[in-house]
Amino acid sequence: MTHQKVKEIIIEIISNIAPDEDLSNIKSDVPLRDQLDLDSMDFLDIVMELRKKHSIEVPEADYPRLASLDSCAEYLSPKFAANS
Amino acid sequence: MDSRDRIVITGVGLTAPNGNSMEEFRYNLLNGVPNIQRIDMRYMGPVLAGVCDYDSLRYQKRKEVRNGTRAGSIGIYCANEAIRHSKVNWDGIDRSRVGIYVGITEHGNVETEDEVFNISQFDYDVKYWSHHHNPRTVANNPAGEISINLGVTGPHYTIGAACAAGNAGVIQAAQMLRLGEIDFALAGGVSESCRTFGIFASFKSQGALAEHPDPNKASRPFDVNRNGIVVSEGGCIYTIERLEDALSRGATIIAEISGYCINSDATDAVLPNPERQAECMRLALKKAQLSPSDIDIISTHATATQMGDSQECDAIRAVFGSSSDTHINNTKSFIGHTMGAAGALELAGNLPSFSDNYVHPTINVDKLDPGCSLDSLVLNRALKVDKVDSILNNSFGMLGINSVLIVKKYN
Repeated sequence: MTHQKVKEIIIEIISNIAPDEDLSNIKSDVPLRDQLDLDSMDFLDIVMELRKKHSIEVPEADYPRLASLDSCAEYLSPKFAANS
Repeated sequence: MDSRDRIVITGVGLTAPNGNSMEEFRYNLLNGVPNIQRIDMRYMGPVLAGVCDYDSLRYQKRKEVRNGTRAGSIGIYCANEAIRHSKVNWDGIDRSRVGIYVGITEHGNVETEDEVFNISQFDYDVKYWSHHHNPRTVANNPAGEISINLGVTGPHYTIGAACAAGNAGVIQAAQMLRLGEIDFALAGGVSESCRTFGIFASFKSQGALAEHPDPNKASRPFDVNRNGIVVSEGGCIYTIERLEDALSRGATIIAEISGYCINSDATDAVLPNPERQAECMRLALKKAQLSPSDIDIISTHATATQMGDSQECDAIRAVFGSSSDTHINNTKSFIGHTMGAAGALELAGNLPSFSDNYVHPTINVDKLDPGCSLDSLVLNRALKVDKVDSILNNSFGMLGINSVLIVKKYN
């Protein structure tokens, strides 16, 4: 799966868990929490949605790797590929 | 009693199946407009319920609605509406001196059932159980969501008192104001119960769940053909203050809390006890220093069960037997049983009587049960009376908890 596709999946998840946020201008290289009103419970929601909808597990030690869209794409692309 | 001990209601925020403000609610009660729907209930299929349609996004973000509970959202809507109605200078208030007391019949059933259903989609693997479950189901949830929304740093908690809880929330506020523990209260009750199949299924197993081809005729207290409860959601939060504080800020005083009582049957988990209900009414009258003939309206608890309605009528007969000017009505005939909200909400629908001198009716009484025959039942049509100075509000619950609240017109 391409990095771009992974980013689109993450944005779609965020649009559901943080529906008040404007997601049209997210900068890929900037931490999500620096540009969106997301807290630790929201990140757990992202982890849960990856588990439920895409059968992807993110161990707690790897949560920092979900910081930005770029880091999400880099970290999750191999996991999506392994599941495809 | 000095003015520091006199406690008054200065604002009302509510949502009921037939109204999202006191004005709308009152209009519909006076004009015989109920609102009961047939909804689809998980595992059960169609059931009758009272559902609210307040604007949940008026005071919350969509994420807050998603992460919180329906009871919390109802509480937030009602608390904000009450503050607006009270015209208190909320920006200037010391929020460490505000107390939040919210009556609940139950809390957490909806969220727990939803999570069990959720993991059932994943072969009951608990790694799919939501991290939101605990904050959603702690017993203080509805009050806590209000405190976060409004930035209130004084005490907040819920009062679990079965279906006597709405009155109990108001009584707790009055007591805390009299003790000087707080200076301003947000108090009443909420219910999200129409979203839990367990309550419907339990009433059905008990033979106490209402059914009727016309949903709006299903909740029929005092009618000989009544066949049970319509479960509903709703909420009502009051702003409550000491009289001297309310007067000093120029508040409009809606009613004064003049008497109350909470007691216990100590007899049965489900069956009511009219002797203890009568005792509760007498003790509330004594605290208010009123006699039965001073009460102009009794807002009954009656839920449309065969035994419960007639036993409440027995209790009223025992206390008010000779008081033919005491008019008697029932709100559940319009909106079903709003559980934890019922006491507060049913009182709110009667409060405008102090100014308009109308008593709203009990609707859906086609044939009055002789066992519920009371001299001054107001049936099917609103009644204009000469005056309304005092209202007695009954609210009773399972495990034998009774609450009676008496409010009077402020002069």
